[in-house]
Order: sequence, then C-alpha cells, then structure tokens
Amino acid sequence: MVASDQSISNLEEIRDRLATSRRGFALGVMILVLLSLLSVLGATGIGRLPISWNTVIAAIAEGLGLAPAGSVERTPLVVVFGIRLSRVVLSFLVGSALGVAGSVFQGILRNPLADPFTIGVASGAAFGAALAFTLGLGGSSYLGLGTIPLLALLGALGALVLVVTLGRVQGRMRRDTLVLAGIVVATFLSALIALIKALDEEAISAIVFWVMGSFQGRGWIHVGFSLPYLIIGLYLVASRARELDILTLGEVQARQLGVEVERVRRRLLVGASLLTASAVSVSGVIGFVGLVIPHLVRLTLGASHQRLMVLSSFLGGLALLWSDVMARTLLPGGEELPVGVVTALVGGPFFCLLLKRGKGGMILG
Amino acid sequence: MVKAEGLTAKYDERVVLHGLDFQVDRGELVGLLGPNGSGKSTLLLCLSKVLRIHTGRVAVAGRDLSAYSARALARVEASVPQRLEISFPFKCIEVVLMGRYPHQHGLGGDSEEDLAKATEAMRVTETLEFAQRRITEISGGEAQRVIMARALAQEAELMLLDEATANLDVAHKMRMFDLFLEKNRQGATFLCAMHDLNLAALYCRRLIFLKKGRISVDGPTTETFTEANLSNIYETEVRVTSHPETGAPQAMFVPGAHRSGISRQGAASSRQ
Repeated sequence: MVASDQSISNLEEIRDRLATSRRGFALGVMILVLLSLLSVLGATGIGRLPISWNTVIAAIAEGLGLAPAGSVERTPLVVVFGIRLSRVVLSFLVGSALGVAGSVFQGILRNPLADPFTIGVASGAAFGAALAFTLGLGGSSYLGLGTIPLLALLGALGALVLVVTLGRVQGRMRRDTLVLAGIVVATFLSALIALIKALDEEAISAIVFWVMGSFQGRGWIHVGFSLPYLIIGLYLVASRARELDILTLGEVQARQLGVEVERVRRRLLVGASLLTASAVSVSGVIGFVGLVIPHLVRLTLGASHQRLMVLSSFLGGLALLWSDVMARTLLPGGEELPVGVVTALVGGPFFCLLLKRGKGGMILG
Repeated sequence: MVKAEGLTAKYDERVVLHGLDFQVDRGELVGLLGPNGSGKSTLLLCLSKVLRIHTGRVAVAGRDLSAYSARALARVEASVPQRLEISFPFKCIEVVLMGRYPHQHGLGGDSEEDLAKATEAMRVTETLEFAQRRITEISGGEAQRVIMARALAQEAELMLLDEATANLDVAHKMRMFDLFLEKNRQGATFLCAMHDLNLAALYCRRLIFLKKGRISVDGPTTETFTEANLSNIYETEVRVTSHPETGAPQAMFVPGAHRSGISRQGAASSRQ
C-alpha cells in the first residue's frame, strides 16, 4: 500500500495512484485465482486415503474426459472425482456466495457487523429443512437429490419476502425496519423449528446436524442445484456494485446523487438473498464466513464494493474450502465435525483478535 | 431555475411547510434563513425529491419535479447535506468520483473525464492533498469540503447547500463562500440554508426567511436584513450595523434579550 499521508497535487499523480492500485488489485486477483486452483487440487488429495497430486490431476483429467479411460486406477478415480472434488468445489462455491452476500448485506444495511443471516434468510432455510425432515421427505427425490435443499431454498426465499414486506413502511424500505423485521421473522421461525423438534424427537439429530452446516455426502448434484441461484445472485449484485458504494452514504445522499434507491436496494437484497439461499440450501447454516471475510477485506483494502465482492468471493471460498478439509480430517477414525463448528471455532477468536488490534473503532462504524 | 407554487410538505400528519410560493432565477445566490425547525432543511429535501411534496408544484429548470428520474435530477441539482453519515472507509477521491455517477452509463466505471473533473473539484476545494486518504480518517471539516468537491464534480446548475460550511473554521468558511461566488459568476445558482446570519449578509444578494414553515420575508439583502425583521423572526434582540469594509449589513446580538420582555412569549413558544 502507498503511504497515505503523502500529499498529492495534480491529476497525473491521482492517475498514477489509481493505475498503481488497479495493477495491485489485478495482481492480487491473479494470485487468488492461482491459490484457489492449487487449493482445490491440494484439498482433493487430502483425506483418509491420501492421494498424490499427480493422481489427483490425472483423475480429474479422466473425469472431465480429457484423458482416456483407464489411465487411473478405479479407487482413486472414484474418491477424487466422484466424492472429494465435488465436495471441495461445493465448499468453495458456498464460501464465495457467503462472502459476497455478506459484503452486500453489510453495505445495504450500512452495518459492518451484518452478515448473510442478519435478515432471517438462514432461519427460513433452516425451517424449510426442518419441515422436510419431520415430514419424512428426506428420502424422497427431487431431481435425484432429495427435497431438503429444495425446501430449504423455498424457506429462505419465503423468509426474504416476509422480511421485505414487513420492513416496508409507507411504501419505503428502511434499513432499521428491515433489520427489525429480520429479527422478528428469524425469532418466529426459530420458535417453529423448536416446535418441530419438540413434536418430532426422531428428527432432532438430523435437524441439529443440518443447522450446524456440513458438506458430508454432498456431490455434483448439489453443485448443479445451487449454481443457477449463485450465478443469478452474483449477476444481480455485481452489476450494482457502484450503486452499493453510494448507498452506504445513506438513503438521502444516494437519492441526491441520482440512485433509484428503492429499486436498487430491492435488487441487491434479492441478489444477496439468492446467494445466501444457494449456499444454505445445500450446506446448512455456516456462520462467520459471511461476516469476517468481507469485514477483513474492507478493513485492509478499503470500501469499494466492486473489489470487495471479487476479493470476498475468493477469500470466502478459500476459507470455507479449508474449513471443510479440517472438518473432515480433524477427528481420528473418520468422524466428521459440522463445518459450521469449525468456522465458528476458527473465525470467533480470529475476529476477536481483529477487534483487539486497535481497528475496533471502525468495526463498530 | 426553481419555481414553487403552494408547496406543502408533511412529516406524518404534521405540516412542516405551509404552501410556499417562491421563485429562484438562474444565476442567483440566495440565502435561506430562519430559526431551528423553520423548515429550511425540509424545503431543500423537497427540492431534491428526497421528501415527497404533499400538495403544490415545483419546477426545476423549467420541468416539473415529478418528471425527473433520480439520475436526471442529479445532473441538474447537487446537494450538500447538513450531516455526513459516512462510516465506510472510502478514499476521498472515491467519494468525489461518486458525484460523477449521474453522468455515467452502464458499467464503464470512471472515465478520464470523470477523473479530471473530480480532481479539479478537489483542487478548488483544497482537498486534493487528502485524495488518497480515507474519509473516515480526516476531520469533520475536511470531510465536509470533500463532500463539497463531490457536489462540484456533479456539475449541476443548481446547488442546494444545507449548512454546508457549518463545520468549517472561519478561514475555510470564507474561502468556500468566495468559491461559491466565483461559481455563481460562472452561472451556477445557489440556494444555501444557513444559520450564520452575517455570512449570509456578506455573500447572498437575496434572502428568504422561513418561520414555522412559512416564508416570512423574501427580498434583496439590503432591504430584508433589518433590525425589525431579524428581531421578529429570531425572537431575540438584534442590532444591525454595516460591515467596515464592504458596507454589507451585519447583525449584532444583545445578551439577555429574551429576559428583557421584548419577545418573552416568542422565546417561550419556540422552545416547545
């Protein structure tokens, strides 16, 4: 970073600074792309049956049809392409979605401590999943992947509609009423989930495990399920990054600078909720990624949402990818931890450290 | 430039502006004065379409306010708010570039022209030196000048300023108003809500006094800035002298005036 107190006196210097920062950003993105690719390969090799890099690459090539069949043994091929790779990719995508959604929610709500779950989307998803468990729909099939992701998705979107409707006062959506509506909806849905648990003891462990978040047993079909929502959500928010910058100055100034506040905010909210839903419906509720990652990026690299979204997507993906590796390898004997537990255990202390490092003032805005 | 007919605005059921009629012509520099709660900020917010106009009509640059999209309106008028609510660590140059938003289309980002105009706006407001610093890390007065730069980068014909210099020290206040005067001579129209009566009398050629949501006095500074008007509107005793250099009228306030009986009733009611 350039020393910030150097004074600037003309257009050329401004232009130079901006060009330098643009180059730095491009370099950073390149490094992150590389790191992500290496992480996917590396994480795929790690597990109860360690597999070498060469075998991983060969198996992926064969799985994608780039190499002739039979060039890799059957077992590593199934483990790499059939089981691990899909899970690694899914964890990366979910982390990306949560990272971007977090940066958008923090911007819309103008609260650096907001996260993808602040306005009740996650509770909606959890309620949908709990309903699926108690109705015994877990086994039935929708596009071959069970009804849980579908009901979780519907729950998440239903909660969003409810929150937006409740948060509207005299035709205008205000961020404080939005947050309040989110809290009300989340609390109500949590109560319903508790009710389901109380009435149906058999479903308790399934619900509890799902709510903690996990990638156990997830495969390509889950990637395929969440990808469309992820892409639509990304498009909706990324194309309004500049408006989001201006929205953080407050509704009044945003209007005066020419932003159609209501329309833009609704679009951002729907986009970020779709991202959250795409993540939650296949993985359960995974905390901290959507809070810590965008926050950390903003503290170190500034507030511009275009960059914030790009960097949060990569860092969120990387964070969750490695959290999931920890979740499936930490316990001896093949037992798995819910990945939500890992992100909370790692993310919590990390966030405290961040608060203590003297930049806490900015965290509370 | 601005034409208001029977402009009425409400917060919930409380009427804040009672049917204002006024007109501001192109190239004017008008001071909008009046005690706290008289409706100055509300009026400016109505003119920038942030608050809904309850009844009445407002036209800006010959076009009805309701006919403007947010973006089109932001090309015609720029607002500087009373309070800054920036809690996200944007660089000052990024904040100024936001003023170029109404001129931009699609996803192109900031053009060379945008950059040049933002830089020029920062130069004249003397904020260029902290272009690369974060707006959350500079002082309140400096941030207000950055917002002023943003409004100038917007290149609007009409400038709506709500206490835009309130946080500035005396020297910067004067320099800022000198800048307004210069921009005004180049054709920009200014409507400035102010509490600093003497600053208003020094720079504005016309004053509009609001009181309790109504226009109390409206006219050239030399005719309206009088002891009788000021004492009546602000409900405190005021003496008016003339500025030793420019001859502009200047107000002097008398301590303890509200106890002397002249405006006891008024002072009591304004505190409610």
